Amino acid sequence: MALTEPFWTFLKIAAAVGFGLNVAGLLGWVERKQSAVIQDRIGANRAEIFGFRVLGLFHPLADAIKMMTKEDFVPPEGMRLWHGMAPGLSLLFSMLCLAALPYGDKIVLGGHALSLQPLPLSAGLVFVLAMLSVGVHGVVMAGWSSGSAYSLIGGLRGAAQMISYEVALLTTLAGPLFLYGTLDLAEAVRWQAHSIGGIVPAWGIFLQPLAFILFMTAGAAETKRAPFDLPEGEAEIVGYFIEYSGMRFGMFLMNDFIESIVLAGLTTALFLGGWHVPGLAHLHLSQPVFALIGVGAFVVKVMAVLWLLMQIRWTLPRFRFDQLLDLGWKNLLPLAILNTLVTAWAVFLAGG
Amino acid sequence: MTDPAPETQERPASLARHPARIVTRPVMRFQERIYLIEVWHGLVITSRHFFVNLWRHTRRAIGLVARAGAVTIQYPDDPAVVAKRGRTRHRLMKREDGTPRCVACMMCETVCPAKCIKIVAEESPDVMIEKRAKIFDIDMGLCVFCGYCVEACPEDAIRMDTGQVEMSSFNRQDMVWNMQELLGNKKKDPAANVPRL
Ligand code: SF4
Ligand code: SF4
Repeated sequence: MALTEPFWTFLKIAAAVGFGLNVAGLLGWVERKQSAVIQDRIGANRAEIFGFRVLGLFHPLADAIKMMTKEDFVPPEGMRLWHGMAPGLSLLFSMLCLAALPYGDKIVLGGHALSLQPLPLSAGLVFVLAMLSVGVHGVVMAGWSSGSAYSLIGGLRGAAQMISYEVALLTTLAGPLFLYGTLDLAEAVRWQAHSIGGIVPAWGIFLQPLAFILFMTAGAAETKRAPFDLPEGEAEIVGYFIEYSGMRFGMFLMNDFIESIVLAGLTTALFLGGWHVPGLAHLHLSQPVFALIGVGAFVVKVMAVLWLLMQIRWTLPRFRFDQLLDLGWKNLLPLAILNTLVTAWAVFLAGG
Repeated sequence: MTDPAPETQERPASLARHPARIVTRPVMRFQERIYLIEVWHGLVITSRHFFVNLWRHTRRAIGLVARAGAVTIQYPDDPAVVAKRGRTRHRLMKREDGTPRCVACMMCETVCPAKCIKIVAEESPDVMIEKRAKIFDIDMGLCVFCGYCVEACPEDAIRMDTGQVEMSSFNRQDMVWNMQELLGNKKKDPAANVPRL
């Protein structure tokens, strides 16, 4: 193999980030179209190139052009350096998360084992969660450096929400982690390969259904998507990025979508069996083909979770802030602790 | 669960025959309180809409049916749909011999809340009619489309049933429709829609 290890890693990270950015761009379209179809409308379909409209697929492109050509305004009271850095910082950390997701199993080519995970870390889950948590810095930084009391309040509200749900999110994950016995995302996926009684695949969603629901809820709150989109509150509540315009505003928007992708990826890896396809092992395919099908399965599962997130976003009304904190601290956290205790007891009894 | 509003004053005797209606607010049951079941119900509704509409769009796209998947009217491309009884641009009615029905009674001018009708009367050659309009202008830029003029007219001389709602122009003068245009004897000058400086 002519591929040297650093080059291969670089290639994988580039592919992962490219995947994330493209899907994030696509999500803007999905968001519009899915909401339109749910609400019996047609949705954005006016952008055209040479008379071709292709279901409005050019709208993300038009958005990008619009954002890039708009004025990038820094309020006179704002702190120019931090104001400029905040969106980039948010985006950087969520893109780092993308690189740690387990897209596929090892691929064996000519006796050479190549991992399909861009960053095969032994504590990948901790890395992803840490990077997701650092995202709160971007929120507070944007709020503070705008030099506006409203965006500061929005930033602090966002920080309060993200930190509250972080606690619930981490506690929720304790249950599945007791089962898998590893912090390595790829190992966690491999653990889910077997099946219970030969019928139901041993995916996290079947073994830890409560944890799955709690994780999705806390995750949606963590990524600031509706019904938990108080930090943004696109038009109604003042959020942390009211003083942003142009592409920097667009970067916050992208960041949201990328965080959704990361959340979907984590859900897939921890609860939906990652790259596994039930019954595929019986087909005796050659190993590289098997691994590549796995990558496809992972992407399909991520898309399905993203669809579900969108569907939830267009179904539920937004929470009030006190309801939001109530849900996080009084409902999700106790349930997560309960789930942890029960799982720990069960694993102990099973002699794990 | 609810605290009834304190009765601040005696109910008047005239209301004695009508028993007070007590409104009870629905109490959230457990299944609503935990929210998850309701989330599921909501998701079922939106998903049903999603998949049914997706099927309709697909059916249209592959040419199974001609009906559109959504009820959206793509207005500038498709003509505007105006309800039959909608109040649209005015028209003046004619008698059987082709003369305007209007007798210049000024009812519509008087009732018009926007004061956008301007009538100048003159003597009619027919002694039985006495008066007729010499000038009858409606400034569509001021009209609020209330329909009072139609209601007020004793001669059924003015109606708002043309179904036409597109009356924009590039200056205020062109928004004024004169009698011949309202009678339909003369088309509105198409040059009115060309910007003039
Ligand atoms: S519709 Fe109303 S505002 Fe318009 S001309 Fe008639 S009375 Fe006046
Ligand atoms: S109310 Fe009728 S008849 Fe009288 S002036 Fe107006 S349009 Fe003419």
